[in-house]
Amino acid sequence: MAVYFDHNATTPLHEKVLEAMLPYMGSVCGNPSSLHRFGRLQRQAIEQAREQVAALMGAQTSQVIFTSGGTEANNLMLKGLSADASVQRIAVSEIEHMSLLEPAAKVACAVDRIAVNEQGLVTQESLKQAIQKDTALVSVMAANNETGAIQDIEKLAEVARESGTWFHSDVSQIAGKLAFSFEQTGVHAMTLSSHKFYGPMGAGALIVDKCLPMHSLLQGGSQEKGLRAGTENVAAIVGFGMAAELAAQELLERGDHVKVLRDALEKELMKFAVVKVFSQEIKRLPNTLQFGVQGFDGETLLMELDRRGFAVSSGSACTSGKTEPSHVLKAMAVSNDLATSAIRVSLGRTNTMAEVERFIEAMQQILGIKNSAVMMAANL
Amino acid sequence: MNDKTNRPIYLDYSATTPIDERVVAEMIKYMGPEATFGNPASRSHSYGWTAEAATEDARQHVADLVGADPREIVFTSGATESDNLAIKGSAHFNQKRGKHIITCKTEHKAVLDSCRQLEREGYEVTYLDPEKNGLVDLEKLKAAMRDDTTLVSIMHVNNEIGVIQDIEAIGNACRERKIIFHVDAAQSAGKVPIDLANLPVDLMSFSAHKIYGPKGMGALYVQRKPRIRLEAQMHGGGHERGMRSGTLATHQIVGMGEAFRIAKQEMAMENERLINLRNQLWDGLKDMEEVYINGDFEQRVAGNLNISFNYVEGESLLMALKDLAISSGSACTSASLEPSYVLRALGRNDELAHSSIRFSMGRYTTSTDIETTIAHVRSAVEKLRDLSPLWDMFKDGIDIDSIEWAAH
Repeated sequence: MAVYFDHNATTPLHEKVLEAMLPYMGSVCGNPSSLHRFGRLQRQAIEQAREQVAALMGAQTSQVIFTSGGTEANNLMLKGLSADASVQRIAVSEIEHMSLLEPAAKVACAVDRIAVNEQGLVTQESLKQAIQKDTALVSVMAANNETGAIQDIEKLAEVARESGTWFHSDVSQIAGKLAFSFEQTGVHAMTLSSHKFYGPMGAGALIVDKCLPMHSLLQGGSQEKGLRAGTENVAAIVGFGMAAELAAQELLERGDHVKVLRDALEKELMKFAVVKVFSQEIKRLPNTLQFGVQGFDGETLLMELDRRGFAVSSGSACTSGKTEPSHVLKAMAVSNDLATSAIRVSLGRTNTMAEVERFIEAMQQILGIKNSAVMMAANL
Repeated sequence: MNDKTNRPIYLDYSATTPIDERVVAEMIKYMGPEATFGNPASRSHSYGWTAEAATEDARQHVADLVGADPREIVFTSGATESDNLAIKGSAHFNQKRGKHIITCKTEHKAVLDSCRQLEREGYEVTYLDPEKNGLVDLEKLKAAMRDDTTLVSIMHVNNEIGVIQDIEAIGNACRERKIIFHVDAAQSAGKVPIDLANLPVDLMSFSAHKIYGPKGMGALYVQRKPRIRLEAQMHGGGHERGMRSGTLATHQIVGMGEAFRIAKQEMAMENERLINLRNQLWDGLKDMEEVYINGDFEQRVAGNLNISFNYVEGESLLMALKDLAISSGSACTSASLEPSYVLRALGRNDELAHSSIRFSMGRYTTSTDIETTIAHVRSAVEKLRDLSPLWDMFKDGIDIDSIEWAAH
């Protein structure tokens, strides 16, 4: 199998997460809404997971609403809040994930955009500019899935609070990679996805302050305090909880491990004059490196890397398959040519320095071939 | 199941089913550090392609069970989401044609509450009363159809009383009036033969965990020819041909596929076995006094028996039957002590509705389980009736309905 360098798309299940889930896929069966013993055991498992998730994110258990994933949590945030008659206007940053931008395009209220600078940072000034008198909610992701750029959420949330605006942050990419606290940052709501930190796909959460007038998107049952109808995905929720507990335990260790690898990779890549690292001047996720290669086509690079046994991506998995340059890089005023050459490397806990070294060799080959071809063409 | 002997007998298969171990075996291939993993939406490497191929195999299995084209299957997080997408999605898309919807009072909450939401948005909904046997009268349905009716939603098999609606006849009536027909098949897929290639059905909801697949997984059938169009309810990424965004949980999709594959193979044999168990249960109880079956006995899914034990309070009966995992109705509403709205809609009085128990049997129910169940139920009902003054009055020949209770 190829070397997996695409952990921001999805991560393999942690062996201990799988272990925790298996009983709920086998002998422990029941509908958590049932009153008999089978049902009560399922209910208890969900509540334990809620505590684990709340503990990782510095939130209260009563604030955690389980969903089918990050996309649903983002949909619930925007559509569920704007369904309230009191909500007239919201603002979202330009570099949000599609699961936030697309529902933002569907809500009934007015939607403003929050600009980022060339590093992909939302400054306090740009947030202030975007907030109008009737802005009820702003949404700025904590860490970008493509560039890894980290926002100063605490400061931004403060700006929002001063304007009497609620603050939502999609923390799908930072959760489990760096410490991030609901309470400490002062956000009102955040979106979480289990499969981005070694938990299963099919589980996520919206952590939301009770003061927000949320409405449910799915009708047909009073699960999750009436905010999310449908039989709970107990096994996935249990796995999500265990993944959160493990992340809390191993947070520093995991961060240090990938940072050493990422920094080594970045240092070597910088030796190529044609390589440009995005968001390089600001704080980034320790596992993420997105770069453009001047004069190269991203699709060709991906194919060449795939041929040499490396699984990477150009940006978000959810928009891969499109040949348009990334909206994130566009918002950062990166030229179309450079943006379409982008490669994202996102590392994980099982990657090794040997893999990074092989990747560098592969890049040397790919860039070298092209360079010699260009030189040959020039000589003709 | 190590401690099986200490456990209650599970007779709540309509609420959820255990995952079949063959399904678990398939799911595990896509779970864990040594397993195949990847985001099916990743287009740039084999991890993504392998995951996507697995989801497409599963889509084929789901389609095969119900006679659909795999391109007509949209994966969702469960039947509740499927119902929401079908009802709100088609109502919203067709709102210029009209804003009237017809459904039945005995539908699952996911359908009824989606309809209520549409009412809040200015739509009009007709909630049909079923007949006493739980079935919808076709003439009454036709009479409710209007020029501005865009959608009829009638479930295939009822989750509480197990009756099977004649969806072919209802669908034909809808076709005549060019009305979209949605069927909630969460309780029927894998239990009742379904051939969508020949059925006049436009939209159909499925659940995985009702037929030995994982929770958190469902699908919506969306007919292609003629094409039924929906307004997506979940946005962001354009997965599932734009009808349902969000990363698909590969292992869960694979699990649903395997569950549907097994169901196709084993449905006929399993139904025969379940009908025998159901008959065994009814034969063991039917000679008791004041015991009634709720819902049509013939037009009924194999594993379901819903019985009212008159003069016994349902909650007390459930408590007395702690060795049985059963319910008084839908799991989704079991936290409320209200009598079942399904039984009320059949015209059962509150007392009878309150004294009902749903027994739902499945793949792992044995004849010995049923024997034990009969013994437990008979003794519990007798004990509770011995304590009941109403039962005494009934035995003395007093017509309880004629009593005027003192106000207090």
